[in-house]
Amino acid sequence: MNQFSYVRPASQQAAIDALTKDKSARFIAGGTNLLDLMKNGVVAPEKLVDINRLPLKSITLNNNTLHIGALTLNSEVAAHTLVTTRHPLLSQALLAGASQQLRNMATTGGNMMQRTRCSYFYDITMPCNKRTPGSGCSAIGGINRMHAIFGASDQCIAVHPSDMCIALAALDATVLVAGPKGNRRIPFGEFHRLPGNTPDKDNNLGKGELITGIDIPASPFTQNIYYLKVRDRASYAFALVSVAAALDISNNTIRSARLAMGGVAHKPWRLHEAEKALIGKTPTIENFRIAATVATQSARTYKHNAFKVPMAQNSLVTALSKAAAV
Amino acid sequence: MKKQAVGQSMDRVDGRLKVTGTARYFADHQPEGMLYAALVCSPVSSGRITAIDAAKALRAPGVADVVSHLNAPPVPGYKADNPNPKQGLKIFYDDRIYSNGQPVAIVVANTLERAVHAASLVKVTYAQEVHKTDMDENMGQAFQHKNMKDYLRGEADAWKKAPVHLEAEYNIPIEVHNPMELAGIIAHWETPDQLTVYAKTQGVKSVQQTLKTLFQLPESQITVHSRFVGGAFGMGLRIWPMEVATILAAKKIRKPVKLVITRKDMFTLVGYRPAARQRIGIGATTDGKLTGITHEAVANTSPYEDFTEAIVNMSRMMYACPNVNTRYQLVPLNLSTPVWMRGPGEATGAFALESAIDELAHQLKMDPLQLRILNHADTDPEKHLPYSSKYLKEAYEMGAAKIGWQQRSQTPGQLQENGWLVGYGMSSGVFSAGRGRATASATLKADGTLVIRSAAADIGPGTATAMVQIAADATGIDAKKIEFLLGESAYPEAPRQGGSSTVSTVGSAVNDVCRSLQQKLGEMASAGIPAFKGVKAENIQHEDGQLVAGNTRLDYAALLQLQQLPELTVTTTSQAGDERKHYAMYSFSVHFTKVHVHPATGVVRIKHIVSVADSGTVVNTKTARSQMIGGVVGGIGMALTEEALIDHRYGRYVNNNYADYHVPVNADTPPTDVLFINKKDPVINPMGAKGMGEIALIGFAAAVSNAVFNATGKRVRDLPITPDKLI
Repeated sequence: MNQFSYVRPASQQAAIDALTKDKSARFIAGGTNLLDLMKNGVVAPEKLVDINRLPLKSITLNNNTLHIGALTLNSEVAAHTLVTTRHPLLSQALLAGASQQLRNMATTGGNMMQRTRCSYFYDITMPCNKRTPGSGCSAIGGINRMHAIFGASDQCIAVHPSDMCIALAALDATVLVAGPKGNRRIPFGEFHRLPGNTPDKDNNLGKGELITGIDIPASPFTQNIYYLKVRDRASYAFALVSVAAALDISNNTIRSARLAMGGVAHKPWRLHEAEKALIGKTPTIENFRIAATVATQSARTYKHNAFKVPMAQNSLVTALSKAAAV
Repeated sequence: MKKQAVGQSMDRVDGRLKVTGTARYFADHQPEGMLYAALVCSPVSSGRITAIDAAKALRAPGVADVVSHLNAPPVPGYKADNPNPKQGLKIFYDDRIYSNGQPVAIVVANTLERAVHAASLVKVTYAQEVHKTDMDENMGQAFQHKNMKDYLRGEADAWKKAPVHLEAEYNIPIEVHNPMELAGIIAHWETPDQLTVYAKTQGVKSVQQTLKTLFQLPESQITVHSRFVGGAFGMGLRIWPMEVATILAAKKIRKPVKLVITRKDMFTLVGYRPAARQRIGIGATTDGKLTGITHEAVANTSPYEDFTEAIVNMSRMMYACPNVNTRYQLVPLNLSTPVWMRGPGEATGAFALESAIDELAHQLKMDPLQLRILNHADTDPEKHLPYSSKYLKEAYEMGAAKIGWQQRSQTPGQLQENGWLVGYGMSSGVFSAGRGRATASATLKADGTLVIRSAAADIGPGTATAMVQIAADATGIDAKKIEFLLGESAYPEAPRQGGSSTVSTVGSAVNDVCRSLQQKLGEMASAGIPAFKGVKAENIQHEDGQLVAGNTRLDYAALLQLQQLPELTVTTTSQAGDERKHYAMYSFSVHFTKVHVHPATGVVRIKHIVSVADSGTVVNTKTARSQMIGGVVGGIGMALTEEALIDHRYGRYVNNNYADYHVPVNADTPPTDVLFINKKDPVINPMGAKGMGEIALIGFAAAVSNAVFNATGKRVRDLPITPDKLI
């Protein structure tokens, strides 16, 4: 690990200034991912800007919109009554992620900033376009069992690792950002990026921009929801495939649906077409199968991850069945 | 008479030390002036080092030295030829690279952080050569080790002629021990020819012997401390190259040096369970009598050392089968050398054999439990000897009753619970019950306390606790007054803790030294205590820590006080006689599992486990139960989650961390019932205790794969059984 300086600005503006001034500076909150990356030599910031003391730790309801401050811990969000009653899908997704110890350190904003867990990204002896643009993608011809089936490029087939973000994508959250040019709001689906030709960029944050929180609009998705995570061990493992499913059902008809998947793409993979295919339908296994087929039409697989297509389909059907209790 | 200590559920004597953090593991020691080391390891899997530029590292703050083959002190015991199969990897001997992750330099600094940083500044240049790490691509290189000859009983490949038969291949990947405690060593040259090390080892005497050979020093000038070990599972059965590297660095720098390796390096520096490709042919009559078993196995080894283990042996002796042939071969790959990992080769072989038995039962439309009972070996079919003790049939019955075996459907895929497919599976395990040679000393003090010493190890099973119980029964002294000390090379000789033999071997020495102590006390009483005058030593009885003759009783402590002795020490060496010529001695286990398989996602959840051990007398029911559960957890890993993945283009592991190499966690571990036969083996040793460490794991993976088949009708022959294999 290289030497680095450490600052703890007293205000949000000072934090943003500190980051803007220094090219390699990074914000640090829970540090559950950044420290690993530094220890492995994947990143070597010269300055860490500790934001933990900024007043961004809150869960509040404003005009039916749930606001979660960026520094609210994953464990706090998962257990909060406003979350478990209004957006239980988010709570389920958070509890499916990491371990209790990690959730006690990890923050809402930090969770969104997690880098991929692709082995080749972490091992600096092997080429990786995300770590070193232009060096090549080791995963494409390597061990790619965990890798993307949607939206990948010939530059990168890594997947986004978060569970929380899959639920937030399904719930149409908005990311609140403060930066050198002022504040802005980013729809969740536009926060993370597909790899394209710039796999080194995970998201659309600009230099010096700080996530201050997220807003989740009121939704009818309080009852018929399910977060399914399929993984290689029962706890503390990243998803092979995960599904956030939320249905609004009345009179045995699906009024609206939200579906997003994890473990399948470089960003939380929202399934708009499959959602449309469900609207107006009765919640039956057969209709869920049709939606699952629609959902996986654009899948492209690699040497070791072809299983993810049937697993994704089956997981969608399973999650929808659980959500609909059929 | 007071209650027997053996057989009790006694708390661990060092439990409090461990849970309060008072127990000092190797890395907790801090000799004065100690420096910290970090390794520079090769990213190349085969080739030569052409240059090492350490200039930048040497200029970094706090760095004492960078030691490599270019400047390491010579190791007098290195034999000149390279590679030398007897010496393994001779660290810093020359420029040769055999495997990815091989240490090429060790950087020493005054803090760990500085050492790690400086290690990243060492620039090593390599001339890369073609490497081979893919087992399947290199099966053509398989060769037979001279000690691993083909076995034949009756007719070879007789299974082919059987009316009911099958042939199948079973594969296991490389598995890594991955104990919580990382490997390493503290090396301290107290003088230029006086070496002290704090090691993580399963045998302090074994480390001492290795160092004696390498550095050509008398035993008295090498001290090895290893009182507490945070898990080892076999990785501490030998000394590893990076430990020698640390000793060399300490020698060159003339200061104590500590090395604790990284989790990543645990995959490449301290052995692993080798990958194995196995083929079983098995045949039976239509009513289920086995007529032939053929078991062939190929496992990997390193380019510089031939590691062998007993993969095919269970097939020779588990079942009464007239025709058996086995073959075992090795494929050298550009990987470090494997080492025994819990259960070792037997666990690998049992997966194949016990899966094949299940497949045969299915083909016969027979209950696999019945098939096993029908082919039960009443005498050892390989050695043609009676068993010293064998209660396997009872174990089958106990386990079947506990798991509810009668609920199993003979036809797969019939049972469901809450939308999950339900399956039941079972398997057997067997491991040689050994007894080696060990020496113990017993020191009785005038305050009535007893201290027993032997250079044994405790990697977790609770060795000292069991030894205290054995000594309590042997002497009649209350267990609270007895201390058992281990993990010091200065103590009387004991073998490594491995092969499930510590209780048998060291326990016998403890028992025997206690008997010697009593004899000595009897002699002293007979000769010097008026009340015992005229009573021959051999006629003095021993009861509850007292000498007894008629109505005369005398505390051991009182005897020492009367004799004005502060303490009395006796030392005894103990070993087996010729029992093994007359008896076959084995521990047996039976594993039953009930699994859930999610039909849509392929997720397997084990819901209930019953493991039964036929391991003779159980010395401590609490620690024995823990040991069995530990084996079961290892078995869950083998069955469902553990696989070290290599990218063969680089010859490099890609999941070398706890996040991606899936050791089972609590959520993977269901309620586990451990049952003991707990009947004394009349032959093996004075306690009648056979071993338990290996049988806890041996066979377990097959009990899971058989249950998965019973649930789904899908037979997974490639471990681990991850969800993708059941989709």
